[in-house]
Amino acid sequence: MRILVVEDDIEAQRYLVQGLKESGHVVDDAADGDLGLSLALSRPYDVAIIDRMLPKMDGLGVVAEMREHGNTTPVLFLSALSEVDDRVKGLKAGGDDYLTKPYAFVELLARVDALMRRRSPVTVKTRLQVGELDLDLLTRAAKRGDQMIDLQPREFRLLEYLMRHAGQVVTRTMLLESVWEYHFDPQTNVIDVHISRLRAKIDKGFDTPLLHTIRGAGYMIRAR
Amino acid sequence: MTRASFGLLRTQAFRIVLVYVLLFAFSVSALLFFTYWNTRRTLDAQTDQIIEAEITGLNEQYQRLGIRGLGESVMYRSLHPDPDALYILADAQHRVLAGNLDSWPSITNDPGNFVEFDYERRLNGVQDARRARGRLFPLQTPGGDFYLLVAEDVHDRDLTQRMFTTTLPWTVGFILVFGLLGGALMSRNMLRRLDSINRTSGEIIAGNLTRRVPVSGAHDEFDILAENLNRMLDRIERLMKGLREVTDSVAHDLRTPLNRLRQRLEQSQARLGLAGSDTSEIERAIAETDQLIGTFNALLLIAETDAGTARGTMTPLDLTSVAADVCELYEPLAEEKNVTLTLAKPASETVIDGNRSLISQALANLVDNAIKYTPPGGRVTVRPGVNFQSVDICVADSGPGIPPQERPRVIERFVRLEASRHSPGTGLGLSLVAAVAHFHNAQLLLEDNTPGLKATLRFPRPASRIIPGPAKLSQIPSRSAAE
Repeated sequence: MRILVVEDDIEAQRYLVQGLKESGHVVDDAADGDLGLSLALSRPYDVAIIDRMLPKMDGLGVVAEMREHGNTTPVLFLSALSEVDDRVKGLKAGGDDYLTKPYAFVELLARVDALMRRRSPVTVKTRLQVGELDLDLLTRAAKRGDQMIDLQPREFRLLEYLMRHAGQVVTRTMLLESVWEYHFDPQTNVIDVHISRLRAKIDKGFDTPLLHTIRGAGYMIRAR
Repeated sequence: MTRASFGLLRTQAFRIVLVYVLLFAFSVSALLFFTYWNTRRTLDAQTDQIIEAEITGLNEQYQRLGIRGLGESVMYRSLHPDPDALYILADAQHRVLAGNLDSWPSITNDPGNFVEFDYERRLNGVQDARRARGRLFPLQTPGGDFYLLVAEDVHDRDLTQRMFTTTLPWTVGFILVFGLLGGALMSRNMLRRLDSINRTSGEIIAGNLTRRVPVSGAHDEFDILAENLNRMLDRIERLMKGLREVTDSVAHDLRTPLNRLRQRLEQSQARLGLAGSDTSEIERAIAETDQLIGTFNALLLIAETDAGTARGTMTPLDLTSVAADVCELYEPLAEEKNVTLTLAKPASETVIDGNRSLISQALANLVDNAIKYTPPGGRVTVRPGVNFQSVDICVADSGPGIPPQERPRVIERFVRLEASRHSPGTGLGLSLVAAVAHFHNAQLLLEDNTPGLKATLRFPRPASRIIPGPAKLSQIPSRSAAE
């Protein structure tokens, strides 16, 4: 996958590029807004990672300009600014996701993966399947093998999100943002408790677990 | 009456006009009354003087020529062309002997004193009811008793009096009507100017710092006020912008090195991990860094919330639904700890104007704390509710509570009570709640739940839900109204 990194902090940029390359991506980089914009407009990228504050042209400006030119490359904003309404501004300008510095690399990688997945042609799915786990989005019924699973509405959304990102690492923050729509850090790790509840419902009594904890990163649902 | 005209009556301008109009009407009435009273007195005195002169003349005749001479004198004077002078000489049976009246008028017998009476006279062939003032004298003569009445027509005086009594109510009526009309116009004009200032202030309080008070160009005192307010607002806006820039650059300058630090640690961890070394020290270092970042983020958020730089993000939201989401998030945690977490249903709609994210976070902090400090088997209740002037949300637990003397202190930054030193947390949880309360002009109340702590966020009722229409001064949410 091709990724564009526009970041003026050279050290952070180097680390980011290296990490992404190690994860198997092809990466271009730019250290200012102008160069970033011309790269974004001249080459096809699967995801663009753009810092909010850039020399020559501000990150918001770059994205606004990209959108103006009909460029729909998913954009992940990186921001070192203070928070309250900055996220809203970033998303309004055309960003697809927003990550505040400092971030954990796994968090960034998981979000980049999610953005790429979003890019692939959207077929309206009415049914999600991971191994023998089956989620019907219309009847809102969950089944593993022949066994019906009784889910609370929020558990359903949690499982749906995990299954839509099957095979991908999903971080706690991503779950909190997507399933609960909260953009803050609850002091206690409440997500873990929700996951273990969900796990008890879908994995208990089965030989092969589907819901995995990825140490230091988050969770992943996968068949094997 | 419509609400708008009630508003008009309540204005200071109208009240001043009302007082002046009433005072003016009173003085005019007093003046007219005094003039009337004085005129009447003068006219009566004049009449009395004329009558006295007549009487003196007639008395002389009587003294000199007796009753016959008096009769002649009366007859002679009755022929006199002055129709206002009235004379009657009558016998004991009130039969008219001489004079210019056809019959003896009905009159109270009050000899020697002035009396007033009604009589009829024929003038130019028209019968006319008139009033007169005069003196009655009984005369005792050897030839029998006689009565002499000398009077003066006072019809003109009565006309003057009637003029006064009809003029007075009309004058007062006109003064009241025109005065109040003028007052209403004046207050409406003032109210309109003030209203535009109030509306602008309301919008600014609600977060739109770019708004300015309109200046009419009339260069009157309202324009001076508006210009001064606008200068003040320019200054506030500059200060807020400056503050925003400072927090942004502090955030940027601290986050960039923290970012590098975390990245280096991650990198070393990855390298050491690949080399098969023990990375637990580095993991701990990363955890410490994350703790540092968490504290920094919390502090920054508190500073920003306190400064209220994000006021534009207020929307109408239902506290009960916000609370339901937070409870739903924390319910498994409570269950795991064997604490009963319940959300009480409010009696009516709990809608306020607020920032959903900040209020969710504040509530999450309160619920998190409540669960953290409640021993297993205890209960935590979240109770939204509507009061007369406020919309409340209260989180009550059955934990150890906070001693009354410690309550003001726990809201301060980094303060953690001795008993909780060893549980995880930044010590900024309640400070953030307090900052969020401040941001919304709300109050954070910490009370005893006997046993336990009852933390209440008391939001002012949104203005738009009390009275629709343009904001009046009394409707702008102010801190003092909330406190």
